[in-house]
Amino acid sequence: MNSENEPGNAVSQRPTLPDSRPVTLRVNGTTHHLQLAPWTSLLDALREHLHLTGTKKGCDHGQCGACTLLVDGKRINSCLTLAVMQQDKAITTVEGLAQGDELHPVQQAFIDHDAFQCGYCTPGQICSVIGLVNEGQAKTLDDIKDLMSGNVCRCGAYANIIQVAREALERNTGL
Amino acid sequence: MKENYTGAPANRVDGRAKVTGEAKYTAEFDIPEVAYGVVVNSSIAKGKIKRIDTSAALALPGVLQVFTHENRPGYTWLDSHYQDEDSPPGSPFRPLYSKEIMFSMQPIALVVAETFELARYAALLVQVDYEMQPHETDFKANLKDAYRPKKYKSTKPPEPRGDAEGAYDQAALKLKETYIHPPQHHNPMEMHAAIAKWDEDGKLTVYDKIQGVQNSQKYLSNAFGLKPDDVHVISPFVGGAFGSGLRPQYQLFLAVLAARELKRAVKVVLTRQQMFSFGHRPNTLQEISIGASTEGKLESVQHHAYGETSRFEDYHEDVVIWPGVLYHCDNMKVSHQLVGLDVYTPLDMRAPGGSTGIFALEIAIDEMAYKTGIDPLEFRLRNYTTTDQSKGLPHSSKELKECYRQGAERFGWDKRSMAPRSMKEGNQLIGWGMAHGAWEAKQQEASAKVVLSPEGKLTVSSATADIGTGTYTVMSQIAAETMGLPLENVTFLLGDSTLPKSPLEGGSWTVASVGSAVKLVCQKLQEDLLKLAQKMENSPFKDAQPEEVSFANGQMFLTQAPASSISLLALLQQNEGKPVEAEATQKPEKEQKKYSSYSHSATFVEVQVDEDLGTIKVTRVVSAIAAGRIINPKTGRSQILGGTVWGIGFALQEHTVMDNHLGRFMNHDLDKYHLPVNADTPATDIIFVEEKDEVVNPLGVKGLGEIGIVSVTPAIANAVFHATGKRIRELPITLDKLL
Amino acid sequence: MRPFSYTQSPDVTTAVQEVSAQGAKFIAGGTNLLDLMKIDVMSPSHLVDITQLALNTIEETPDGGLRLGALAKNADTAYHELVQTRYPLLAHAILAGATAQLRNMATDGGNLLQRTRCYYFYDTHTPCNKREPGSGCSAIKGYNRDLAILGTSEHCIATHPSDMCVALAALEATVHVKSSQGERAIPFAEFHRLPGDTPHLDTNLHPTEIITAIELPAKGFAQHYAYLKLRDRASYAFALVSVAAALELEGDTVKEARIALGGVAHKPWRVPEAEALLQGKPASKENFRAVAEAYLAGAKGYGDNTFKIELAKRAIVRALEQAISMEGKS
Repeated sequence: MNSENEPGNAVSQRPTLPDSRPVTLRVNGTTHHLQLAPWTSLLDALREHLHLTGTKKGCDHGQCGACTLLVDGKRINSCLTLAVMQQDKAITTVEGLAQGDELHPVQQAFIDHDAFQCGYCTPGQICSVIGLVNEGQAKTLDDIKDLMSGNVCRCGAYANIIQVAREALERNTGL
Repeated sequence: MKENYTGAPANRVDGRAKVTGEAKYTAEFDIPEVAYGVVVNSSIAKGKIKRIDTSAALALPGVLQVFTHENRPGYTWLDSHYQDEDSPPGSPFRPLYSKEIMFSMQPIALVVAETFELARYAALLVQVDYEMQPHETDFKANLKDAYRPKKYKSTKPPEPRGDAEGAYDQAALKLKETYIHPPQHHNPMEMHAAIAKWDEDGKLTVYDKIQGVQNSQKYLSNAFGLKPDDVHVISPFVGGAFGSGLRPQYQLFLAVLAARELKRAVKVVLTRQQMFSFGHRPNTLQEISIGASTEGKLESVQHHAYGETSRFEDYHEDVVIWPGVLYHCDNMKVSHQLVGLDVYTPLDMRAPGGSTGIFALEIAIDEMAYKTGIDPLEFRLRNYTTTDQSKGLPHSSKELKECYRQGAERFGWDKRSMAPRSMKEGNQLIGWGMAHGAWEAKQQEASAKVVLSPEGKLTVSSATADIGTGTYTVMSQIAAETMGLPLENVTFLLGDSTLPKSPLEGGSWTVASVGSAVKLVCQKLQEDLLKLAQKMENSPFKDAQPEEVSFANGQMFLTQAPASSISLLALLQQNEGKPVEAEATQKPEKEQKKYSSYSHSATFVEVQVDEDLGTIKVTRVVSAIAAGRIINPKTGRSQILGGTVWGIGFALQEHTVMDNHLGRFMNHDLDKYHLPVNADTPATDIIFVEEKDEVVNPLGVKGLGEIGIVSVTPAIANAVFHATGKRIRELPITLDKLL
Repeated sequence: MRPFSYTQSPDVTTAVQEVSAQGAKFIAGGTNLLDLMKIDVMSPSHLVDITQLALNTIEETPDGGLRLGALAKNADTAYHELVQTRYPLLAHAILAGATAQLRNMATDGGNLLQRTRCYYFYDTHTPCNKREPGSGCSAIKGYNRDLAILGTSEHCIATHPSDMCVALAALEATVHVKSSQGERAIPFAEFHRLPGDTPHLDTNLHPTEIITAIELPAKGFAQHYAYLKLRDRASYAFALVSVAAALELEGDTVKEARIALGGVAHKPWRVPEAEALLQGKPASKENFRAVAEAYLAGAKGYGDNTFKIELAKRAIVRALEQAISMEGKS
C-alpha cells in the first residue's frame, strides 16, 4: 500500500524470469504442493496447474465474478490474488461443494430454478450465494440483488438466481 | 415419466455438469504438454507495420516462437479459403496475412511459450513500429459516403409498395425522426479460446469456442489445405456466444498455425480486452417517416437504415423488413445502406437486425400514437396485419393479438393514463410503455443419428451446439417423447464435427432444424424396430404400418389395440444383441414457402425515473410471447428472461465507445462496458401464449433465442417517455440525456 | 505482467525496509495492483506482501474516535458495529463501492491508493500523462464521460475512483503513515493530490512510506448523513458523481455541514468555504442549491462529461435533503 510516486516502468533489478518456489494450497480439504512463480494468480494455479477448471476466468480483472470462490468461507475474486499469497488458507471451489453424489443444496437449487443457461458464470454464482449466506448481511431483496451484483451473468439468469439466493438464505444453506 | 416430455418443464440434462464444474469449456481440456499462445494486437487503426521486433521476446528462455506476418508459413491466401458459413460478401480477414493494419486491435503476432504467464510477459516485449495512415472510424461523419452493397448478406430490402412519399405528403399527421444505437459487443462470459493438436498422422484435433463445429472444420480444412475428415473440432460446452461464435475467430487460426509449426499442442485464449477486437453489433442510424390519419391509420411508412461495416466485408442485417412484418400499410419504402469504416466487420449479435430495426420502428410508432392521441396498444391494433407485407405472404400462425391481451391484462395496462409525467411517487416519475416485436421462424436442413443400445439406452446426436439455450435438454425431450422412453435413458451428443451435419447454432432455428431431424430419425428408428417386430413369430405387428404403432413406457404397441405390445428391450434381443441405428436428414417442407413464419412478442414495461437526477430503473416487465409450441417451458422461460436483461442493457447501458482520434474502441473491459448486473433486474413476468402452427416445421416450434429481446428495448424507451415527456432517440438512454 | 520478485514481510519495520528498493511495491488486497499489472499499467519489480502485518484491527481511540488499521478489509470495516453506529456515512460509502467479493479482499489502506479508471490510463497503447508523463492526455479531446470537471489541469482530467475516500474526506479523517524515517499524520484533505503538471502522482505519500491506519475523529454525523452515488447501472459501477453529505442540525438550522464529492476530481472534492454558507442557515432546498452552486463554481466540462456539472449540483441538493429526512436509514 505505498503510493505510485515514481513514474513509468523504470526499474533496475527486475528479474529476467521469476523464480518458482514451493507453494502449498489447501483446496477443498486436499493439500497440494506446487512449484509456482509469484506471478501466478490463484485462479491460474487452480485452472492450469491443478486442473480444477470449475472456477472460471471471465475477465481476469475482477470485473465479472466468474472466478469467485471461498477463502475461509468468504467469497473473493481468485483472479486478483496471487497463489503464493493464499497458502494455508481453506480454499473452497465449486468442485468441493457436493458430498459424493449429493449436491450442495445451492447447487441443486440452481438446477431446480434453472438459474443458469450457458453455465459459465455458474460456479462463481454458486460460491457467491454460499458466501452471501455465510456473510450474513443480506436482509432484504434489494440487499440480495446488490450483494449478488459482483457476479455478471450475460445470459441474464438473474431473476432465477435471486430465487436461489432467497431460498438459500431462508434455509441457511451456507458452507 | 410423462412429465419429462415436450411441453412440460424439465431440468437441464447438463445441469449437474454445470453446477459441479465438471462441464468442460474450450480452454479447459487438459492436453499434455500444451503450450500457451498470447496474441499481440495493433495500436493503430490503419497503416502498415514498418518493423516488428520479436528478439527480446524470443530471448526469454521458455518462449517457443513469435509468429508474425514476417515468419508465418506460406499457406493459401485465397479469399474463398477463409470464408465461412456466416461470412458477409467481401474479403475475409486473414490473421498475419500482411503488414497492413485494417483496424485497431488487429492481431499482429502470436507469442507461444511454455506457460501462460511467460507468453503474456513476452507479448509485452514485442516491439512494433507503424507507418500510420489516416483512419476513418467516425460513423456519423461518414454517412455521406454510405453505399448500397452489391450483394446483401441477409435479405435484400423489400421493394417499395404503393407511393410512400406521396402518401406521406398527404397524410394528416406526419413524423420524421432519426434513431441511433451505438456499437455493442457480445461479451459472452467465456472468452474465445482454441486448443489445437496435430496428430502424427497429420490429422488435426481442435477444441474451439464456436456456434457450429462444422463451420470451424470447413474453415480450417480450407485455410490449411486439409481433408475435412482430417479436421476434428470439439466444443461440447459454450460459455455463451450470442453470435460471437458464428464465425471462426482469429484465436482458432493462430492456435492451429502455431501447433502445426511447433509440432506441439497450443492453446490460445483471448483476454477480455481482446473480446472487443472482433465483431460487434454495428453502429446504426435509422430515418423513419410515418404518415397517419387522425384516426390512427398508417398511410405511409419509410424506413431507411445506415449500418456500419468494415472496409473488407459488406456486413448487413435485416433492419428494414419490420414495418412490413409488423404493420399493415399500403405505402412503404425501405432501404439499407452501409458506411465503410476502418473497423473490424460487424457480426450478428443476438437478434441482429431485429433488435435494431424494431427498437427504432417501435419508438416511432409510439411517437405517432401520441400524435394521434390514441393509446399505443390500440394504435397497434388499428394497424394490425395478418400478412407479411414485406414478402406478400400470409403468416403461418400469429397470436400477437393474444399476446397483447394477456400481456396487457397481466400488466394492468388499462389503468394507464395517456399523458406523460402523469404518475409520480416522491421524486420518482413512473412511466409505462409497450412495444411489440417479431422474429423469423426459420428451419434449416439438419441431420441426426440415433443408436438404441441393447440395454434400452438411446443416444441421439447431431453436430449442433448448446450455447446455453438448452439444446441438450430439448433434443433429449424430443427423442424421449418420440420413442416413449424415460428422459434419463436418452443421451444427446453435440459439439463434435464427426456427428451428423447441423447448421450453425443461431437464428433461433436450432430446435426447428435439429429438433425436427431428431424427431425424424426417431421415427425412422421406429420403422426399423417395427421391421424387427415383424420378423418375430406370430407377431401381432406382422401387417402393421408404421403409422399404426405407438411407443410409450418403453413399449411398442398397436395404437388401436394397446394390449398388442412388445417391450423395446425384448425387441432388441431380436437383433442379436446389436444396437439398432438410424440416420436421417430433415429438410424444410416446400409448403413453408407459401407462408411467412414469425414468432411474436408484446412487452409492457414500468420504469422509475428520478425527476432531478435522471436515474432510470426498470421496475417491472411483462412479456407475452407467441412462439409456436414450447418444448420446455422452464428453459424457454430462461431464454425470455435473458432476452429481457439484454433489452435492458440495449436500452440503458451498452455502448462500445469509439475514440475517433485513435480509431479505437476505448471501454474494452467489463468495468467500462456495462452489462446489466443483478441489481438491475426488474420483477419479470413471462407469458407463453398458446400458438399452433402445423406449417412452420414438423415440431410446430418457432424458436426463443431472439424474440425475448426485440420488444423490450423500445418498450423501455417508450416508458421513459411516458415517465418524463422526453423522447430519447439515441441509445443508450443514460441519465445525462434526461437532465 | 512483468516478472517480479516477492517477499512476505513479518512486520512494519521489515516491510518499509524492503519497499525502499527501487521498483518495489506493497501488496495487500491486490485488487487494483494486480489488475493494473496484468495490463502493464503498473510493473513493480518486487512485491512486498504486507498481509501478515498486524495492522488489521479497528479500535476506539482515547478521544472518542476510531482507528481503522490499514489492513482492515473494506467489508469488515463497513460491517463493523462501531462503524455502523458511529460512522454510518462511511459504512454506506464503502458498501456503495465495488462488490462483496472485492470488499472482502480490498483493504482500507489500499482503497486510498486506488488509481483512476480513466479509459486511456488503462490502455497502454494510448497516450496518457498519468501513466507516461509527457505523452499527452487522450481524454481531454477524447471520450471523457467518466472524467473530472473540477481541479483538472491541461495534463490530466482523471478522477479518483474511491467511494470510501469521499466519506473519509467528509469525516476529516487522518492518514497515519510510517517509514524508516519515522511516522507522520496526513490530514485527509492533503493526502490526495490534484494533477497539476505532475499527474503521475496520485498522493502525497512517499514511495517508502506505509499507511498504518486511518483515524476517524469523534464526530461521526450519525444523525444526519447520506451517501448518494449516481452511476450507469444499479451496482458494480464507479460513480459518475457521488456525494457524501453530513449535517449537524439544531432544529431546522444547520450547525455544521460537510460535503464531499466523488467522481468529479482527482481527489475527493471539498469546498469548506461553500460548506460554511450553510452554517446557521435554515436547512432548505434554496440554501442547499446555493451551496451546490458554490461547490461547482469553476467547474469545467470537457464535452462528454459536461453534464456532471449540473448533475453534481442536483446530487448535492438531494444528498442534503436525504441527510435531513434520513429516509430509508435504519
